[in-house]
Amino acid sequence: MDKGQNIRYTATTDACKLCTPLGASLCFKGLENCISLLHGSQGCSTYIRRYLISHFREPVDIASSNFSEDTAIFGGGANLKKALDNIRRQYRPGIIGIASTCLSETIGDDVPMFIREYREAYRGEVLPRIIHVSTPSYNGTHADGFHRAVRATVADFTGLPGCGCADLSHKRVQGLVNIFPGMVSPADLRYLKEILASFALRCIMLPDYSETLDGGLWDGFKTVQEGGVGLDSLEAMGDAEATIEFGRVLAFDETGGQILERERGIRLHSIGLPIGVMETDRFFSALEDISVIETPAAFKKERERLIDSYVDGHKYVTGIRAVVYGEEDLVVGIVSFLREIGIVPVLCGSGGQSRRLKEAITSIAGDGDIKGIKVLEGADFTEIEKEAEAMSPDIVIGNSKGYGMARRMNIPLVRAGFPIHDRLGGSRVLHLGYRGAQQLFDTIVNSLLEKKQEESETGYSYM
Amino acid sequence: MEISLLKERERQVYTKGEKPFEMDCEKKSLAGAISQRACVFCGSRVVLYPIADALHLVHGPIGCAAYTWDIRGSLSSGPQLHRLSFSTDLTETDVIYGGEKKLYAALMELIDLHSPKAAFVYSTCIVGIIGDDVEAVCKRVSAEKGIPVLPVHSEGFKGTKKDGYRAACHALFNLTGRGDLAGITRHSINILGEFNIGGEAWIIKDYYERMGVQVVSVMTGDGRVGEIEKAHGAALNVVQCSGSMTYLAKLMEERYGIPWIRVSYFGIEDVSSALYEVAGHFSDAPSIMERTKAMVKEEVERICPGIREYRRDLAGKRAALYVGGAFKAFSLIKALRHLGMNVILAGSQTGTREDYAVLKELCDEGTVIVDDANPIELSKYVIEKDADLFIGGVKERPIAYKLGIGFCDHNHERKTPLAGFIGMLNFAKEVHGTVMSPVWRLTPRRAVGTKDG
Repeated sequence: MDKGQNIRYTATTDACKLCTPLGASLCFKGLENCISLLHGSQGCSTYIRRYLISHFREPVDIASSNFSEDTAIFGGGANLKKALDNIRRQYRPGIIGIASTCLSETIGDDVPMFIREYREAYRGEVLPRIIHVSTPSYNGTHADGFHRAVRATVADFTGLPGCGCADLSHKRVQGLVNIFPGMVSPADLRYLKEILASFALRCIMLPDYSETLDGGLWDGFKTVQEGGVGLDSLEAMGDAEATIEFGRVLAFDETGGQILERERGIRLHSIGLPIGVMETDRFFSALEDISVIETPAAFKKERERLIDSYVDGHKYVTGIRAVVYGEEDLVVGIVSFLREIGIVPVLCGSGGQSRRLKEAITSIAGDGDIKGIKVLEGADFTEIEKEAEAMSPDIVIGNSKGYGMARRMNIPLVRAGFPIHDRLGGSRVLHLGYRGAQQLFDTIVNSLLEKKQEESETGYSYM
Repeated sequence: MEISLLKERERQVYTKGEKPFEMDCEKKSLAGAISQRACVFCGSRVVLYPIADALHLVHGPIGCAAYTWDIRGSLSSGPQLHRLSFSTDLTETDVIYGGEKKLYAALMELIDLHSPKAAFVYSTCIVGIIGDDVEAVCKRVSAEKGIPVLPVHSEGFKGTKKDGYRAACHALFNLTGRGDLAGITRHSINILGEFNIGGEAWIIKDYYERMGVQVVSVMTGDGRVGEIEKAHGAALNVVQCSGSMTYLAKLMEERYGIPWIRVSYFGIEDVSSALYEVAGHFSDAPSIMERTKAMVKEEVERICPGIREYRRDLAGKRAALYVGGAFKAFSLIKALRHLGMNVILAGSQTGTREDYAVLKELCDEGTVIVDDANPIELSKYVIEKDADLFIGGVKERPIAYKLGIGFCDHNHERKTPLAGFIGMLNFAKEVHGTVMSPVWRLTPRRAVGTKDG
């Protein structure tokens, strides 16, 4: 039992995390023709919709089973079933992703049982695929909710784990690769698909909201945006040759990739989020390994240009002190990138509670040396800002929610991750691969230059 | 593609002129229908949020506090405490053993740190389930710290957003009656239901002051605990956004005998009649009415040329509106008419039967009226009625944009004041800016020349 009650308790002020159902909803948005359904109060789905819409600027329809007082007393089974009926009638989805909430978990609703009963009641009818993930918001953060939904989807579509059907001699489809990229931007997802295609690999990307959350306008009514990973692909996950899963912190937990490796013998390439040259090299090396194809020239050129620009810009960034915050694995990736360009990530903060952040950061520091890096786990923005002030940083890197902190310290904020609520184009921020590092590097250097230029008395127009 | 309504929802949609007027409303949202409404907590949070020198502590797991952190355009002329997000951030252990200890510790710590004038403690869903005695903790902290600590019973599932308004009104009501009434004149009011989005309360307050009417408190825009504590000294409660604050006005009428009126500050017609009505209430001081007349004339004259310009382009365009409370819809219909525009869809999250009856009278034949709509219904009617403009909040914005329709944010997130005379000009400018944008010519539904012959 957690001895949390005896530890000195501090309230959370300006959280550096969101709740688990948000992450699950985001994951489900990357499934084809899928509607997510939150089993709880109406507010959960509405708040999460608003939060996601403000970042992605796309419709995000999330249903609710809409608890009332009676529901909380007698259980949410009837409401959940009614919600399923109404979603089917209005949206005709191929998949419904159900995520629980703190309310339904606290009253002890048995959602898997409700789903079985629902299927039983409609036996003989073609029902959408129903996936369930348990996401009480008192346990973990939005990042955990996201990964749990990935894992639940893997488990659901491969009949794993615990079905006693471990089948290591399972058929393999050559060139078929699962990729579980984690919580990255639609632009990142598109870029990853481009990369995998260039290695002649067919990828099953879970989730894939590259189109559903960053698509074009409509010529008529649509219930759900086109795109997302489809049922056929999800069914085929268990036949893949390999799985690539990003996240050094994630890897400490049981993941979708691990389940597939253990139960189906699908080789897992677990690597950090490929941010910067070194982590991206690991990614490309995994791809070379799987495909037995050399990295295509186009990406080698991207890498060359990136390093060329590192050299062009290194004097502007050497010794610069950065505060980095966000989801744990994003922080780890950005730290890896910063270290290779000479920026010191003096403070790394996350609301994540894995207690593995420091270990993961140590693992990417080649020499294991993280002197000069302070790591704050399970932190809120108040703690991060308080520490940051003492460290006189030059730049802040993370989502929009650190804007107040950056403003008070009068240093630039380079926006990365989620949410970006105060700028346009959060969906199109590229973080991953050589191209993502290029975008981040240029943005960071230019933010520093802009600050210097604005504060200079002369205001040179030449540098 | 024909879009059909869910059977259970059919009685919450009415097209003027088509059948006898009979509308269902004030119902719980239908499970799975994807209502645009939020929950009880949202109703409470939205009303109390702008009180800038109070501590707003959300008791529950992190989500509810995180999603309401600094999201509104409610400005403060002084303290900014309302813009921070405080949570007891309950974890699994608390769910098992209860969250009272954490709540107590959080209050003690945060009150020491921020020295608020009062604290509001919002109960979220699971607090009601795990059985925390929030009331007792609040009492204890209040006694120890010497400031009002008010529980807000806003468990998300215990009703609808409207029940959240009531819980907030109760908390506000508990704050009144504590302050010293020295200096409050006979010609004084409280402004209720005005949240100072983009500085709107300041605009309205300025009108009243120019009229010679004293404003005792604004609830809750740019709100201060000390002012609310004196609110019982005012001679009149002037209630805007009637859905959220009428209940408080009624409580205050009962306890303090303060009469109240309902007004709106959106659109030239409604803001003028609001000011005249208040002036009329103080008929013992005819100078107030004189000043009001002069001021309204001056304000109207100032904005009219601008409005005329916008109207030239906007006349005949079609607008859809979907807002929280129906009272705002009344004003918007009049304001849009002033711009020469036709309303083809009008709906609200929380309208009452009486509200919809008024709405029906205000609307033209063929206008669709909806209660507690969802994205599919809203899409259906903006397509069928070919809207040029959608007025709503962030959740409605992508519905409009995806379909190539202009959008005006009239919700709490916006940063532009749309109330008062100057607000009407801002509104016209914003509507004009979106409706007349050249971008629509490139959008699939409205592309000119290149497609569909």
